[in-house]
Amino acid sequence: MLFLSQLINGLQLGSIYALVALGYSMVYGIIMLLNFAHGDIIMMGGYFALVTYAASSNPLLAVVATIVGCVVLAVAIEKVAYKPLRQAPRISLLITAIGISLFLQNAAQLIWTANSRAFPSTSIIPSITFKVGGLSISLSVLVTIAVSVASMVALTFLVQKTKMGKAMRAVSEDTEAAQLMGININSTITFTFVIGSFLAGIGSVLYCCRYPVVNPTLGSLLGLKAFVAAVLGGIGSIPGAVVGGFAIGLAEVLFTSIGLSAWTDAMVFAVLIIMLLIKPTGFMGRSMTEKV
Amino acid sequence: MNHTYKKIPMPIRYLINTALIALLLYAGNAVISSGITNRAQSSLVLQVGIYIILAVSLNIVTGYLGQLPLGHAGFMAVGAYTCGIFWKSAAGSALPAPAAIVIGLVLAGIMAAIFGVIIGVPALRLKGDYLAIITLGFGEIIRILIINLSGITGGTPGLMNIPKRSSFLVVYLAVAISCIAIHMVMKSRHGRAILSIRENEIAAESCGIHITYYKVFAFALSAFFAGIAGGLYAGYQGLLTPSGFDFMTSINILVMVVLGGMGSMAGSVIAATVLTSLPLALQSLNTFRMVIYSVLLVIIMIFKPSGLMGTYDFSLSHLLEKLLNIRQPRENSPAQTADKKAGKRNG
Repeated sequence: MLFLSQLINGLQLGSIYALVALGYSMVYGIIMLLNFAHGDIIMMGGYFALVTYAASSNPLLAVVATIVGCVVLAVAIEKVAYKPLRQAPRISLLITAIGISLFLQNAAQLIWTANSRAFPSTSIIPSITFKVGGLSISLSVLVTIAVSVASMVALTFLVQKTKMGKAMRAVSEDTEAAQLMGININSTITFTFVIGSFLAGIGSVLYCCRYPVVNPTLGSLLGLKAFVAAVLGGIGSIPGAVVGGFAIGLAEVLFTSIGLSAWTDAMVFAVLIIMLLIKPTGFMGRSMTEKV
Repeated sequence: MNHTYKKIPMPIRYLINTALIALLLYAGNAVISSGITNRAQSSLVLQVGIYIILAVSLNIVTGYLGQLPLGHAGFMAVGAYTCGIFWKSAAGSALPAPAAIVIGLVLAGIMAAIFGVIIGVPALRLKGDYLAIITLGFGEIIRILIINLSGITGGTPGLMNIPKRSSFLVVYLAVAISCIAIHMVMKSRHGRAILSIRENEIAAESCGIHITYYKVFAFALSAFFAGIAGGLYAGYQGLLTPSGFDFMTSINILVMVVLGGMGSMAGSVIAATVLTSLPLALQSLNTFRMVIYSVLLVIIMIFKPSGLMGTYDFSLSHLLEKLLNIRQPRENSPAQTADKKAGKRNG
């Protein structure tokens, strides 16, 4: 019974990681950028939800505002900071992403101070507990898993079946060839950022409901772990990000439940390192051979 | 036609640079001891020195080898704790202070280099972003190890009461020796082998260069000097906490290297100096300073993606040669461009 409840716990955490990892993975797939600002967009999302709820006390509005806010923010970042660097060396792009990440953290600290604030988690998802057999499952767990799975199914449909999804896949396969086929690279990249940050917005609300505290550094650890999840699954691969997210979530809960909570983060990285050494491209990553 | 171009012969080049290093040391010492500078400024000088070593050492792997490690703070941590523990235990013994300083710093460097090899061997099987991620993971693991091995390292509250041995003289000499050593290695055949890996790995391998050996060598060399910087940091702070070696510290060092121009030692030195002094210079802006710092970073990257100095490196002897020849109309001979690199850089 304990095992089952821990499993559900892990699935909840894993589905949040998966949502965030998808954002990393899609952006990496399309412009080969490790988007360090992604975690901080999630942090900003937490504040958007907090502020909107405080102003309107309408949970639905808060969720919508978070998602819209994340999308607008991510698109603005892409246009202002990443677009001018399309032709630049990739490390410059990486440093820019780090700069944006620092900027968001410090801007949040400036606006909302460095103190942690309580997140109205129970107002957004009521704290109801269901009892199934001897097992008690809270509504927020069910909502988290359901929303995440629904988003992933929708994303898969979008990427596999729609024209825009086809364009995204084409650009990540070969940017120049896609351009020659008449695909608008810039709008495809922007669209990828929209999707990634949309998922980040959802992830933000769900994460804050699980750990109901918002502070300017919330995004860094979540971002780092989701990033590990994306790499574990094979960065650039959408199903890989989902698998990696669940794997990291479950592993983390497992390590905590066997009494190694102080070592959890180290274990997460150790899992990643061992994985990369055995299969350097992750679970589902494409291996690239270099041609001379 | 080469005869028209006057050159400075080799021993004199060394002499010029040695004189310059000594002069800077004398001037620096005079300024510090005269009391013109306040406490914050003189501690800033030490901090700048430590970050110069960190940036120049990371430049070996990032700039010369062309890899992207994100765990440099991990090596710094290894060096810092090694040195801190050694100095603490040596404080009561009969070991004279200069000997303790040298042994502590060398020990710190060696320990960090050992970690560099341990991490480098598996990590360097991977390329590009995967290498970045795996070094990031190792850096975090080192930090978590330090937190959890509280019996040795003091855990989260930190390692306290380390003798403050990083005086201006010690830091200055360490910076000068590190820069000269790295410069000399890079000008040797080993250095050229490392550069060739950056330019084209496959071509280098087909020319008979042992890729893995040189990658691990560069990694260990970089870790060695990061360890020394860590040791100086321990003697500067007197207190080590694991939070001082987190992911953001690695990023800060990387930012210095990239901003200065990857592959340019002068660039690393300048960027380390500017970026370390910037927070103090912007102190009056208080809460806005980190926001300004991050915005500046993004703006520089957008307008000058190759970094401030590119791959240009400063050479004093070369500058003097130019001045010597300024009167004569110069003919651009190939021999003279080939000689360009011969000058020695100074920290």
